[in-house]
Amino acid sequence: MAKIHYREIEGNSINYYILLGFFAVIIAIALAATYYMEHNGHHVTGMTNQIVWGVPHVFAVFLIVAASGALNVASIASVFGKTAYKPLAPLSGLVAIALLMGGLSVLVLDLGRPDRLIVAMTNYNFKSIFAWNIFLYNGFLVIVGVYLWMMMEHRMNKYSKAVGFAAFTWRLILTTGTGSIFGFLVARQSYDAAIMAPMFILMSFSFGMAIFILILMGSYAGTGRPLGTAVLSRLKNLLGVFVAAVLLIVAIFHLTNLYATEHHGFEQFILLNGGIYTFLFWGVQILLGSLIPLFLLYSPATRESALWITISCVLVITGGLAQMYGIIIGGQAFPLNMFPGFEVSSSFFDGVVNHYSPSMPEIALGVGGVAIALIMVTIGIKVLRFLPLSLDDAIVDPHYKPATEETAESEATA
Amino acid sequence: MSQTDDHTNNDQVDNGHVNNDHVNNYRRKFLGQLAAVTATGALGSGLVLNNFAQARPADEAVSSNVRYGLLIDTSKCGNGCDACVKACNDENGLQGFDRPETDAQWIRTVKLRDKSTNRTVSLPMMCQHCEFPPCVDVCPTGASFKRADGIVLVDKHLCIGCRYCMMACPYKARSFIHEELTGQVQGIPRGKGTVESCTLCVHRVDKGETPACVEACAKDGHKALIFGDLKDASSEIALRISKEASMQVRGDLKLNPGVRYQGI
Amino acid sequence: MQSTFITNITGIRTALLSLMLFCLPAFAGVPTPDIPKGKGDKCVEETDFMRKNHMELILHQRDETVHRGIRTKKHSFKECINCHAVKDDDNVPVDFKNPKHFCNSCHTFAAVKIDCFECHASRPGNDKRGHGKTNDSAMSKH
Repeated sequence: MAKIHYREIEGNSINYYILLGFFAVIIAIALAATYYMEHNGHHVTGMTNQIVWGVPHVFAVFLIVAASGALNVASIASVFGKTAYKPLAPLSGLVAIALLMGGLSVLVLDLGRPDRLIVAMTNYNFKSIFAWNIFLYNGFLVIVGVYLWMMMEHRMNKYSKAVGFAAFTWRLILTTGTGSIFGFLVARQSYDAAIMAPMFILMSFSFGMAIFILILMGSYAGTGRPLGTAVLSRLKNLLGVFVAAVLLIVAIFHLTNLYATEHHGFEQFILLNGGIYTFLFWGVQILLGSLIPLFLLYSPATRESALWITISCVLVITGGLAQMYGIIIGGQAFPLNMFPGFEVSSSFFDGVVNHYSPSMPEIALGVGGVAIALIMVTIGIKVLRFLPLSLDDAIVDPHYKPATEETAESEATA
Repeated sequence: MSQTDDHTNNDQVDNGHVNNDHVNNYRRKFLGQLAAVTATGALGSGLVLNNFAQARPADEAVSSNVRYGLLIDTSKCGNGCDACVKACNDENGLQGFDRPETDAQWIRTVKLRDKSTNRTVSLPMMCQHCEFPPCVDVCPTGASFKRADGIVLVDKHLCIGCRYCMMACPYKARSFIHEELTGQVQGIPRGKGTVESCTLCVHRVDKGETPACVEACAKDGHKALIFGDLKDASSEIALRISKEASMQVRGDLKLNPGVRYQGI
Repeated sequence: MQSTFITNITGIRTALLSLMLFCLPAFAGVPTPDIPKGKGDKCVEETDFMRKNHMELILHQRDETVHRGIRTKKHSFKECINCHAVKDDDNVPVDFKNPKHFCNSCHTFAAVKIDCFECHASRPGNDKRGHGKTNDSAMSKH
């Protein structure tokens, strides 16, 4: 394997600035939306006393989960010693930090009192998994930051494996913590399951990989640097495995619930008659977000096409957002079962499926989080040497045979 | 109204006679005095009627020798009666904005219909003041806390409005303040962006009075709500619970709520 | 309970504030805050002490009251409000929106923003004075 040369991207083209401007506008809209929501109070959002976490949380949790997943590429390189992934490791770390920052921004800006963030940083209830997560998120930023330093500073390279191992362990704990935010909620039928933690870990693998592949392809296409099939086909195969793994654990989650009679009501709601939530589950999460990408990623007709890989990634992300929506909002929409065997009614919406329609400011804030992540990556690759000059097969693939060069070239330019 | 209250206190004394030979003299004397004051009170203010016990001195911290709770006898709940809800809203200055999905409700009337027998029950539902409150467990900043005497509260100075406690509460007891408020009642701080719930009228309890809902229910003659110290074996609530069947909502969660129900 | 960080900031602020107040006589012509007098002869602590430390007392008492149920009157926020209520021309206590409000008289001058009254009643009484009005004005905003 040839030596890898990392270089900043030039980033002086009109298109680069248009891209930056585009993200900046979206972030500005998100900040305006935040000001509007915080100034008027949350009654201007779709959130209520029944659905207390809305679209901002769907985006925030999605981004946070994807952040730890995006670090996987670096982990595969340094923890599992797969040299083919090594050139991608710095970008993987950058994307991980950026996604986490994006997600946390959304989470913080949706607080009832974002001005009291300092309180959250100075007062901890150590029994709260939420408080633990504050540590886990901050720690993640620090560890990945150090990890990047070890990888990118030549003299420090020798430590990168050890730090990479720490980062890998940390990210697993982090996603366990994020899943446990829901898993620990004993009150609600939809949560209260230990399987939430491993489910979130697998989801992070899948969502993080899809986002990473898109960013990788986007930045290489945008800069005209060569990106070989070897890298892409490894990544997309891995994505396929992750998507299948999520499918499996989602099946286990629902089958376990179906075994227990007390959960039949909730399962019926999600799987059969939950309206939008049933549609999101079968139509978007399972069909669009899992089965179709699986087919596209492995079918001989599409598996080598950069376009179809891109489409697959977009579908996986769409399915992931739908899955988050189902978990977070569907889980709250289903009524609490306070009095089993009774039909319940009250002025506080007891016993009914809770209504939620997302408002524009909420959506703007959520999308703003994505823009924050992407603008960080866009700026990051310009100011520091995250991207290898070339990811051509000849450079990356340890099993490279020159005979395949022609196909590789045509693939990269496709 | 005072007539009923007079009755109430005499009932307590009777209870003491019939059920508890060891009822201490001090207590009997105190209740007797209370009855006398009550009779006098028929002419004037009703405030002092609601004393349930000797008030704790203002400079003394709450103690875990006490655990406050409520016993709610749903069979005494008046049909369509919402006196407790009105009293709570009035006492705590809860104002609606005609937005039912976001307006705060600390106490609400819940109607139940048994799916197999069609029997209907109506009951007030509020913070259950759990011994092991999930809202306290999940609160990242420690804003949700349980006072030594078992009252679960939100320290709004620490609340960042993350609403995780609302996700965790099995009783939907909490509300988030969705808009700027003005004209709050003195001593009942409430403000935009924080979470709140029934305080068991802690400001009244600290003065030795009963919660507003309990007072209103008694005033209406239903006396479906009894407030008291669950740890004091001679209190009416403890006596009733030790002799009569009562249940905890979502008892399966083993949170040991301080609010018990009868007749569900 | 209160973080040292915030306490420190408060400390710095109060130090600056008291410095400003002490220096006032030296600057003739500089507008000085017109601080209304409270009820009774004197405050629960020396006036100078209160100028520098009222926030510490309020913060301390706040945690004592909220978490331990201690409701002594001496340093109680409610008693501050009751004693220092400023009445308008109709003899009704003014709320925090009014520049004449006791806390405003100095905090506006010192440009120190406080958020106590986002939640707490800024004038005495449980008479729910603002309620009907509040509801209406809140409604009319939307």
